[in-house]
Amino acid sequence: MMNKNSLIVTTPTDTEIVITRLFVAPRPIVWRCWTEPALVRRWLLGPPGWTFETCEIDLHVGGSYRYVWRSADGAPLGMRGTFTEVTPPSRLADRQIFDEDWTGGETVGTLVFEEVGATTKLTSTFLYSSKAARDGALATGMTEGMSTGYDRLDEILLSVVQSDSD
Amino acid sequence: MNATLQLDATFAALADPTRRSILAKLAERELTVMELAKPFAMSQPAISRHLKVLERAGLISRGRDAQRRPCRLEVKPLAEATNWMETYRRAWEANFERLDILLDELKSIKTPHDE
Repeated sequence: MMNKNSLIVTTPTDTEIVITRLFVAPRPIVWRCWTEPALVRRWLLGPPGWTFETCEIDLHVGGSYRYVWRSADGAPLGMRGTFTEVTPPSRLADRQIFDEDWTGGETVGTLVFEEVGATTKLTSTFLYSSKAARDGALATGMTEGMSTGYDRLDEILLSVVQSDSD
Repeated sequence: MNATLQLDATFAALADPTRRSILAKLAERELTVMELAKPFAMSQPAISRHLKVLERAGLISRGRDAQRRPCRLEVKPLAEATNWMETYRRAWEANFERLDILLDELKSIKTPHDE
């Protein structure tokens, strides 16, 4: 069984990825960790060995942010976004794109922070320009390294795989 | 089929609600086209077209019996697609575990930002 902090990834439509996760902290603190560069650069990292080179955030509607990571062999990975909604500490939305875009256009990102008792539930939605772009974004997770022994199944597939073992 | 093409085919096949529903029914037992068509407001040829997509993607196989050709669920491609989602999930989880540690640290320090 999943523990209460478990990260859940779903694909509710052809062009979306939705990530939900519970954090054991008050909502304003979780909000700060997503919006203050000094805090963001401490956790929003790539695979092991990568460095967070640039982390700039101009937090207001119409303002932009800029992230650049660098891989162990020195290759940069940059992205930028423009905020379309900034409502502390509950909603943050933006249009974002990687410097070397492979997705055919901007992605709309929406973060929703909800208070659940003393914890904070985060729902992060990525809306891609096409299904191919969405699938490509999912595939980038592969670069993290193949690991097995998974204990959770995507919700779309759960019933199908489970019943087959009956 | 190589792994990438297989994943493309799997996700394309799963992108349709009728096909997902067909897979869910086949998870219970083998079914013929006629049995599958019954609960859907859809003609048998329309269901057959969906079955062809699922068969090409390797998500189902068809029996040899020429009359019935029962459809059967093939689990392996589904398990691989699930594994793919799982790897994406793990990439985020690594970040969020770092965020958990940072949040613990911030909770224990009073800063001017906190009320």
